[in-house]
Amino acid sequence: MTDQTQPVSSTAPAAKARAKAPFSLSRLPDAVTGWLLSLPLVLVLFFFLLLPIAMIVVVSFWGATEFSIYPAFQFDNYEFLLTSPVTYQVFLNTVKYALITWAITLVIGFTVAYFLAFHVRTLTWQIVLFLLCTIPFWTSNIIRMISWIPFLGRNGIANSTLISMGVIDEPLEWLLFSDFSVILAFVHLYTLFMVVPIFNTMMRIDRSLIEAAYDNGASGLQTLTNVIIPLTKPGIMIGSIFVVTLVMGDFITVRFMSGSQKANVGRLISNDIALLQYPSAAATAVILLITVLLVISILLRFVDIRKEL
Amino acid sequence: MEKRSRSFYVLAAFFAVFLVFLYGPTITIAILSFQGPQGGLTFPMRGVSLHWFHDLFEQQAVGDIWGSFSRSLTLGLMVMVTTVVVSVMGGLAFRKRFPGSGAIFYLIITSLVIPSILVSLGVGLIFSQSGLAVHWSTSGFGAQLTWTLPFGLLIMFAVFNRFDKSYEEAARDQGASAWQTVRYVVLPIIAPMLIGVALFGFTLSYDEFARTLLTAGSYNTLPLEIYGMTTNVTTPVIFALGTLTTAFSFGIIGLFLAIVVILNKRRSRHGSDAGKGMV
Repeated sequence: MTDQTQPVSSTAPAAKARAKAPFSLSRLPDAVTGWLLSLPLVLVLFFFLLLPIAMIVVVSFWGATEFSIYPAFQFDNYEFLLTSPVTYQVFLNTVKYALITWAITLVIGFTVAYFLAFHVRTLTWQIVLFLLCTIPFWTSNIIRMISWIPFLGRNGIANSTLISMGVIDEPLEWLLFSDFSVILAFVHLYTLFMVVPIFNTMMRIDRSLIEAAYDNGASGLQTLTNVIIPLTKPGIMIGSIFVVTLVMGDFITVRFMSGSQKANVGRLISNDIALLQYPSAAATAVILLITVLLVISILLRFVDIRKEL
Repeated sequence: MEKRSRSFYVLAAFFAVFLVFLYGPTITIAILSFQGPQGGLTFPMRGVSLHWFHDLFEQQAVGDIWGSFSRSLTLGLMVMVTTVVVSVMGGLAFRKRFPGSGAIFYLIITSLVIPSILVSLGVGLIFSQSGLAVHWSTSGFGAQLTWTLPFGLLIMFAVFNRFDKSYEEAARDQGASAWQTVRYVVLPIIAPMLIGVALFGFTLSYDEFARTLLTAGSYNTLPLEIYGMTTNVTTPVIFALGTLTTAFSFGIIGLFLAIVVILNKRRSRHGSDAGKGMV
């Protein structure tokens, strides 16, 4: 309770203190304050983001023996990578996963967000249902992958249900350890990355715009396609950035859900790492990073993230 | 009240199916973790028992999960505190544009979208080439920050975009110094959001896998330990572990949400006076 009165009573001392202390925060120019306040952030990102990227680029030109790596400046790693048909196949597979997952998560995420934003009427319920969608994000991805095993296995719930319903006679083999299970897990893990930004954007849409559309005779579908979807585009773009980058950079989901039978770029890198072939892993990583940044820079053309927060 | 349209029911059903899709598998392994001692990785249940939970406490059955749990907990708290402090400072810095702020912003976005395995590989290479030993509390800690900080900062940017600057002006007009304004006006107002940042910091670290993989060194964190188990454990003990750690996560989420609710309740009880909100 004393806090409320403190600023009033301390007017004079505070002013005096400001006059006395030449290095008081408020007297510094904005630029210096900004730099000082963002210094910890910049330090962390310099040492654990920029430096590692630089290191990867450097090592990608190094050579490797079976047991060690040595500094060099050679293009062997890139040459091998870019002339191997496996590389293109794996990159193609990675893009395939990204595109399919993107399309499915977009449809599901948009529908869920649309329901929450426009059909749930009270804010309390919106918050409760929204939290229900986001809580899995704060739990372990690995556990969430493992939890598909009882469903998809040869004798799992899906197969036994389908057999007892008479839909199939033999257990389906492609449920687990296939492209199907990989994409299922991606959708399961990453749909909420679509729901959250799309919901966020939808909640900022001025409701009178929608009423205006109805008043002018637009049908529900027309309102959706002509008013809501265009206004939701920034959210869709942010969600797309998340989903596409998470899927393209993944290696663990593909490895676990395909039982090591499918490959993507991340697995190519992690396999090289397991064989201690760091230079070759680094070269693949550089190509992956360039690909991801290209995709992001294209998506960022459609949205100003700072404005959307 | 306006009558519900048919599309409401269709969408509500879709939403319900989505929730089943989200939570169904987790609930299934929770049930299966109570399998009897003869039970397998799927239904039918062969009896009901706590056998597999009991196994978690036997060192030889599952390896060092309690050691890895305590490491993950410590690391989570370290990452949480760092994320909150650095994000608040970053959020305050970004309220005004300063030379270089654009570049730093793109650095944050890069940190968010970069494939995790690159951070893992890069940090691991730097440590090994400079002769330092990778350890979860040094290299692992830094690698995880590259994942938690972007989330913390994006939340802080969102918070400060909505922040009513007249509170600060009022404080300044009454003679508060810059530090007093932050300490007694800004921080109390954004406190509930800071709890949110803390939640992200802790849980993202506690569950982080890819960025810790090559940076944790010889002592595993819990997700790494669980991942190791997936390759050689074929009994429901892994479901029991999954159920326990998910329950722990739910507990943490519940705790943070409860704190937010209490903070908000207390604030509304005291009216809109920001200075009182912190008590």
